[in-house]
Amino acid sequence: MTTAPRAGDRAILSVPALGSLLQALRDDGHQLVGPTVRDGAIVYAEIAGLEDLPQGWTETQEAGTYRLHRRDDDALFGYALGPQSWKQFFFAPRVRLWQARRGGNETFTIVEESGSPPRLALIGARSCDLHAIAIQDRVFLREGAEDPDYAARRAGTFVVAVNCGQAGGTCFCVSMKTGPRVSEGFDLALTELLDVPHRFLVELGSARGAALLGRVVSAPASDTDRVAADEIVERTARSMGRTLDTGGIKELLYGSYEHRRWDEVATRCLACANCTLVCPTCFCATVEDVTDLTGDHAERWRRWDSCFTLDHSYLHGGSVRSSTRARYRQWLTHKLATWIDQFGTSGCVGCGRCVTWCPVAIDITQEVAAIRAPEGPKDEPHGES
Amino acid sequence: MTSVAATTVPSSPMAPRPCRVRRLTRETHDTFTLEIDPGDQARGFAPGQFNMLYVFGVGEVPISVSGDPAERRQLVHTTREVGVVTRAMAGLRRGASIGVRGPYGRPWPLESALGRDIVVVAGGIGLAPLRSALYEIVARRRDFGNVVLLYGARSPEDILFRRDLDRWQASAGVVVSITVDHAIGAWPGHVGVVPTLIERAPFDAANAVALICGPELMMRFTADALRQRGVATERIFVSLERNMKCAIGFCGHCQFGPSFVCKDGPVFAYDRVERLMELREI
Amino acid sequence: MESLEGILSGHAFFHDLPPRYLELVVGCASNVRFDGGDFLFRTGTEANHFFLIRHGRAALEIAAPGRPPLILETLGEGEVIGWSWLIPPYRWMFDARALEQTRAVALDGKCLRGKCEADHDLGYELFTRIAHVMERRLMAARLQLLDVYGTRP
Repeated sequence: MTTAPRAGDRAILSVPALGSLLQALRDDGHQLVGPTVRDGAIVYAEIAGLEDLPQGWTETQEAGTYRLHRRDDDALFGYALGPQSWKQFFFAPRVRLWQARRGGNETFTIVEESGSPPRLALIGARSCDLHAIAIQDRVFLREGAEDPDYAARRAGTFVVAVNCGQAGGTCFCVSMKTGPRVSEGFDLALTELLDVPHRFLVELGSARGAALLGRVVSAPASDTDRVAADEIVERTARSMGRTLDTGGIKELLYGSYEHRRWDEVATRCLACANCTLVCPTCFCATVEDVTDLTGDHAERWRRWDSCFTLDHSYLHGGSVRSSTRARYRQWLTHKLATWIDQFGTSGCVGCGRCVTWCPVAIDITQEVAAIRAPEGPKDEPHGES
Repeated sequence: MTSVAATTVPSSPMAPRPCRVRRLTRETHDTFTLEIDPGDQARGFAPGQFNMLYVFGVGEVPISVSGDPAERRQLVHTTREVGVVTRAMAGLRRGASIGVRGPYGRPWPLESALGRDIVVVAGGIGLAPLRSALYEIVARRRDFGNVVLLYGARSPEDILFRRDLDRWQASAGVVVSITVDHAIGAWPGHVGVVPTLIERAPFDAANAVALICGPELMMRFTADALRQRGVATERIFVSLERNMKCAIGFCGHCQFGPSFVCKDGPVFAYDRVERLMELREI
Repeated sequence: MESLEGILSGHAFFHDLPPRYLELVVGCASNVRFDGGDFLFRTGTEANHFFLIRHGRAALEIAAPGRPPLILETLGEGEVIGWSWLIPPYRWMFDARALEQTRAVALDGKCLRGKCEADHDLGYELFTRIAHVMERRLMAARLQLLDVYGTRP
C-alpha cells in the first residue's frame, strides 16, 4: 500500500496472510480466542491459529435443535453461532473476588486478588456478539462504577470480526438492528469470499487494525470483490429465519404484566436457565462464601447466576418470584423492556441462542408476537381433560 | 514490534473492610444492635442507607444503618435474626472483626422536607433505618414543621428503642404514637394497626412529607391511608428490600421492575413504585 | 355548656349530618362518662347502645379461660364503638373497657332503630355511616390478621 490505510478502507487477504495476521497478534502478546469444534458444537476457546478454526464445518439450528455437519467447501467461518458468546472471557463464569485469613481473637484480614489477565484477540466475532459486548460494557463499565475484573479482561482486546455469510436460522439481528453487517466495536472485519482463490475482504475498523494489517501481505480490493462481499451480507440479511417487532415494545411489556401468555409459557418452561447461560448479555451473578476445613481461610467467589433459579429472589424465608411464570416474565421483560430504562438500549441482540438452546423450544420472537396479539376469548375447558 | 502492557486488577469494590465490633446489645427476643468501630476509613452515611456486613466464612447481608449520622466514629446497625448470617452475627463478641462494605443506596430525602411537616411511620424493624432519620431531624428540629412518629410493633415486648421514643416525645418536639398488633389486658396503650393512627395524627397533609419503613404490606396500607388523608404520593417515601449480592448494581438480584433497589433505592417515592408494589411476584 | 346537638354534630361520625336528621338523633342521645376500668358493655349482654367517644380511650377485649384478656383494638377520641345494636340478635360479642377516664355520647339503639323504621331516609343515612366505619375496621382487622411483623414459618 502506498498511502497509509485508514478506517473504512478495504483490502484483500489470502488465507495464508490471515494465518500470518493471527501469528502477528500472538507475537504481540495477545491470547487468541476463536471458534473451534468441540463436543459436537462450535465453541469459543483459546486457539493457536488457522488450524484450530472450524474449517469446512457448518450447523443447522432451529428452536431446540443444533446439529453440526460438514460443508462441501473449506470455509473457515461458514457457520453462524455456537452455544457460547464472548461474555465468558470478560464476565468470567467463576472468579475469586478475595480471600480472608483469620487472625487471633476472632479477627480477620482481607487479601485482595492480584495478577493480570491476558490481553485477548477475538477471532471471528459476529456483529450481534459485538453489540452484545457493547451492551455488557454499559453494564460493567458504568461511569464511576466499574467492575475491575471485567475492565481488566476487556482492556486492549483486539477484535477480528466476521460478516456472516449465512443466517443462523434462529437469529434475528435485522429486527434488533444489530447486524448482519459489522458496524462498530471492531479492529478488522472479514468477509469470506469462497470462490477461487479462497480469500477475505478485510475492512479496517481502527488505527490498530490498520497497523496490524500493514504487517502482513495484502492486496487492494477490487470493485468486484467489494460488490461480492456486500452481496453476501445482503443475502444473509434477506434470509433471517425470524423477526421480532420492537415497535413500542417497552410500553407493550410494561402493560402486560398480567397477560395470559405468561401462564401459557409457564406450562412449557422448565426454568432450566439455558437461555440465560447462552445469552451474550445476561449478567446476573451470585457470590459464594466458602471456608476450608480448618475454618481459618475463607474466600468469596463470584459465579454466573440466573433469574430462573428459585433462590435468585429469595427474601426473608421465601422467594419473591416463586412461580416459573413470574421468572419467565422477569427474564423476558428485563431483556426487552426494563433493560432499556436501565441502560439505554435493548438487552437483546437477536443472536437466537435462547431459541436454539431451549430444551423445549420456547421462541422469544413467538412469545413477543403472542403478547402483541389481541387477547382472544378464553378457551372453554374441554370435557375430557 | 508493539507489545501490550499487562494490567493488574485494582482494589475490588466487593472486598469488605474488616472493622471491630464494639458492642452487641439485645433489643428484643429476635432483634439486636451492633455497634462497630469504623476505623480510619470511616465513610459516614446518610439516613436510609445500608451497609453490607460480612461474617467470616458465613456470608454477607445488607443491613440498614440505625445510628446517628452525626456520630462518625461509630457505625450502628439493628437487625432481626432471620437467617444464617444474622444468627452468626448475633454471636459476635466485642473485638471480633466484621466486614463492612458501604454505605450504599439512596437515603431519606430530608432536604425535600425542609419547612414541611414530617410524618415518620415505622412498622416493626422498620424503626431501625428511620431512627437515623429521626436523629438528624431532631438535630435540625427548627428546619421542619410538625414532626410525628407513628410506630407499630407486633406486641409490647417487641417495641424497640424505648429510651429514644421517650426522649423524642419529652424534649425534642416529636409527637410519638405507638401501637401494637397484639396485646393482653395490661397494656395501656393503643392496640391496632399503624394506619389507624394516621387519621388523627397532628400534621398538615397538604404540605407533609412521609417516610415509611416496615413490611411491604404495612407500607402499602400506610401509604394508602396517607393518600386518603391528602398527602401527595410524590411526597410519600418507602424503603424497599430485595435480595442483594453485590449492592452496587452488577449482580442483578435486587431488580424491582426497572429499578435496582441497591442503587436506585432502597428509598423510593411512592408514586414511582405504587403500581409495581401491587403486582404479584415482581 | 355545649348542647348535645352541638356535641353530636362536632363528632366525626356525624360530620355533615343534615340538621333534620340531627334533630331526630339527638332525641336518642345522652352524655356518659366512664372511669378507667369501667366497662362500656359486656360480652353476651343486650346491645342497646353505641358510643361516640369524645375524650379518652376504650379497649375492645375478649377473655378466654386460662389466659389474660386479649385486646383486639383500642378506640379513642373521634371514634365509634359498637354496631351490634343495628343487627339482630342485638348482642355484644366483646367487652369494651375504658382504659382511662372516658367521656362519650351514648346513643340508644332501640330508640334509633324505631326512628329508622319510621324514617327510612334516616336509616339510610345511619347505615351508610356505619358501613364506612365497618369497612375501615375490617381493613384494619385484616392487616392485623396478616401479622406482618411475625416471623414466617
